[in-house]
Amino acid sequence: MRRERSLSSRFIDFISGRYQINNEIGGKVMDENKIVYPYIPNSVPEIKAQMLKEVEASEIMDLYIEIPEHLKYKRKLNIPEPISDEYSIRRHIESLLNKNKNCSEYLNFMGASCAQHFVPAVCDEINGRGEFLTAYVGESYADHGKWQALFEYGSLMGELLDMDILSCPLYDGTQAAATSLRMACRCTGRKEVLLPKSINQEVLMVVRNYLQGPTKPQVDIQMIDFDTKTGLLDIKDLKKKISSKTASVFIENPGYLGCIETQAEEIGKITHKNGAEFIVYTDPISLGMIAPPSQYGATFACGDFHPLGIHMQCGGGQGGFIATHDDMKYIAEFKDLMFGLTETLEEGEYGFGEVLFDRTSYGSREKGKEFTGTSTGLWAITVAVYLSLMGPKGMVEIGQTIMQKAQYAARQISKIEGVNLLFNTPFFKEFVINFSMAGKSVRKINKALLEYKIFGGKDISDEFPQFGQSALYCVTEIVTKEDIDKLVNALREINK
Amino acid sequence: MGRDKNTLLRKFHQARWDEEIILEMSVPGERGILVPRAEEGIRAEIGEGVSVLGNLRRKVPPALPEVNQMRINRHYMRLSQETLGTDVNIDISQGTCTMKYSPKFQEHLAARHPGMTEIHPLQDEDTIQGILEMYYKLEQFLKEISGMDYFCFQPGGGAHGVFTNVSIVRAYHKSRGDKERTEAITTMFSHPCDAATPRTAGYKVVTLMPDENGYPDLQAMKAALSERTAGIFITNPEDTGIYNPRIDEYVKAAHDVGALCSYDQANANGMLGIARAIEAGFDLCQFNIHKTFSAPHGCMGPAMGAHGVKAELAKFLPVPRVEFDGKRYYLDYNRPESIGRVRSFYGNAPIVMRAYAWIMQHGAEGLREVAECSVLNNNYIEKKIREVPGVVVRYAKGKRRLEQVRYSWEKLKEDTGVGTEDVMRRMGDFGLQHYWTSHHPWVVPEPFTLEPCESYSKDDIDEYVAVIRQISKEAYEDPEFVKNSPYNLPVHKVLAPSIDETERIAVTWRQYKKKKGVK
Repeated sequence: MRRERSLSSRFIDFISGRYQINNEIGGKVMDENKIVYPYIPNSVPEIKAQMLKEVEASEIMDLYIEIPEHLKYKRKLNIPEPISDEYSIRRHIESLLNKNKNCSEYLNFMGASCAQHFVPAVCDEINGRGEFLTAYVGESYADHGKWQALFEYGSLMGELLDMDILSCPLYDGTQAAATSLRMACRCTGRKEVLLPKSINQEVLMVVRNYLQGPTKPQVDIQMIDFDTKTGLLDIKDLKKKISSKTASVFIENPGYLGCIETQAEEIGKITHKNGAEFIVYTDPISLGMIAPPSQYGATFACGDFHPLGIHMQCGGGQGGFIATHDDMKYIAEFKDLMFGLTETLEEGEYGFGEVLFDRTSYGSREKGKEFTGTSTGLWAITVAVYLSLMGPKGMVEIGQTIMQKAQYAARQISKIEGVNLLFNTPFFKEFVINFSMAGKSVRKINKALLEYKIFGGKDISDEFPQFGQSALYCVTEIVTKEDIDKLVNALREINK
Repeated sequence: MGRDKNTLLRKFHQARWDEEIILEMSVPGERGILVPRAEEGIRAEIGEGVSVLGNLRRKVPPALPEVNQMRINRHYMRLSQETLGTDVNIDISQGTCTMKYSPKFQEHLAARHPGMTEIHPLQDEDTIQGILEMYYKLEQFLKEISGMDYFCFQPGGGAHGVFTNVSIVRAYHKSRGDKERTEAITTMFSHPCDAATPRTAGYKVVTLMPDENGYPDLQAMKAALSERTAGIFITNPEDTGIYNPRIDEYVKAAHDVGALCSYDQANANGMLGIARAIEAGFDLCQFNIHKTFSAPHGCMGPAMGAHGVKAELAKFLPVPRVEFDGKRYYLDYNRPESIGRVRSFYGNAPIVMRAYAWIMQHGAEGLREVAECSVLNNNYIEKKIREVPGVVVRYAKGKRRLEQVRYSWEKLKEDTGVGTEDVMRRMGDFGLQHYWTSHHPWVVPEPFTLEPCESYSKDDIDEYVAVIRQISKEAYEDPEFVKNSPYNLPVHKVLAPSIDETERIAVTWRQYKKKKGVK
């Protein structure tokens, strides 16, 4: 339908990027009142017409001739009218983002696998580079820099973890846990894994789904008790449940509830005595100060590297890692791409190649190890930048800073009447505060804290009902003494 | 100078910085950054704070490099210059996965706005209404685009989205007490994840080979289907760009034995507003948000596989779900039949933002323009590439392909000995990303897969074709020259890029040093 339009509206169309043409192609009237889209260069009607002619089509739908009529969608999609120009769409998105309260304007004491840490400017500078931001699976030549950066990610993480082997990253820590468990099953030929009951419930949910099978679980999960006084693994229960069927024993250290597993070495010994693999899920930012899992017997270290130079992004900054020792038994079981340093035609020049490509589903489809795919490459590069910046001293210092601040916060909070530190076990950056004696629910307390522009610790009362009204607090290097004192004052007022 | 007006070729040379590995740059004592320390008041109260660690205290600091900040920044800047992202090249090369232009304003908001970067996923729902609103509305858009009833944004990539759909299929059969279903079916020209994810979920996988026309064999599929089949996991069009016009018959055949049908629409560029999963009868589908809806690929992630399901499968979706009560957006965790989770929290929020922005900026007509131009561009490049000496195209003679084509250098190889990997390496010398050959196995010999999507202009495509034509010419004139390429890139040809021998494996610097005896 054509309709008469005023000159002024045509002018508006013209300056807004719409313009009219009346081009006869193959006896049909071409697009009229057509928007030229800045991101779709060939939406320029003349060019489109020229290309259609080149491909011997009289109209665009000729190109869709292979789709039968009954499978075509004949209506116009029912989605909102577009906000076409960049200024207006930006303003629209900004208005949505501005509705959110954020952890720059509020004090944040939530962690639970997404902790707020300091992000060095160089990390943002590098991961904002268009070359990295928009690269994909290019070969090592034109993408040599990407391959080297990812090789350095593995190399630097290897130093931090004191282990030799890492693959490209995984989606997040939950996936790293799930894949570690399956790797250990393949290494041992066994199909039962032991996990602590104190585990992060999100990790457990991902693991349960990942180990499930069509008729019965592919891998059986047994849960090991923990001591509700110390938060540490119940060694007796471990000894009772471990057997020659056990593929792996999995612990978190520091644990989800914050506790540092001081029996880790003993757990490792029990595990190895039974011929099982010892998997430790760890917080990488703790490892300048706390011994890495490999140094107390772990054969797998895994976790989420989000603390290492990546913004929280509402959970968008997660990334998973798995590390093992240099042994083909382990190397052959990684599911993701591995980039190996090798030679080129030019003497002494570093080049890269794919290591054991047939391990992956890219190489062997269903015969590969699990499945691989796009995960979190940009964040792995960011981790490389972060660990380079930090160096050995930075990692040691940040570990100490976090421990001091977290201990100070825990001590000050537990001075409030009716408010208690749940475990008296050493912790790293997280600790459980129990509010049962204060007579208020964590939910109410956290709502009240919002008035003070504070996000209180994660409410774990539903996850761990045995601990009554409890919250998991997280304190990192970015929190100041003044911030902590402000939190303590607010809690004191709320619990009056 | 600029590009040669006749040949459309450029004199390109990529940065070649010959950078050391960062661990070789250490200067003892240098610092890259100083970190916050506990204040005096805290130290006075707590002391050094680390003796509580006892035996678990790290004895020797990690052997990370000690490098000043400027040098570190320079190092990674240089590595970025040795990377040919979509921002700096005509990136038609990544067929099946070509990345479209990702509008810069999106990046500026995703990476710089504290309303995105400084959000904790467990914040009170009232403080993240803007984010939840985008989740909710994007779900409504994708429902309309696919015809599915519900969407979920938790998976961290395309393959992960397919895996999540497999998990839902598994939960569905289990909920019905249907315990005999232990098989899944896919096709050889579907992405490898359509075979690997059902296998990971515990299914035996049957792969249908293409018939002489390039379609998955319907008879073979009917023979493979049985009461043991849990689901089929396929793409359409497949990697070849060939659309299977009888797709609904395949779906019906699967439904007839009680199996579910999952549509891998990782790349839906050619289909937006043209054809939907629902009309073909699918029960589940999946979009790679980072391919079809403009999020950048970030050297392989972060990404998102948004997956959709029909209403009867909604109860199995991962938790939490973003819901809206008419006034307020909230997270619903209380879904007892849910498969649980596939990732922490609720997915990559910045990618939801980008997809929401991109769809809002295009509207229904814009999305259709995307589809039309991506298919037009593909038909255009196909015509030109077919004219290049040495190229053949298998299957579907005389048929229109949609958004991509798998080509073959079979003839070039026969004529000159130059194979697809040789041409691929040489591509880079002209400032173009090495093209994607094919997933394995190579059913099409000496394959290469091109997909121009809607982002590239006619002129871009002409330049791209000129390079392919030039390399073909070089192969016929001087095959060794092509075989020994590249020449203008950060590094020279790697002699043995497949590293399978134990003694050659060095995936970290410390492993490399051990193998080489470097101190």
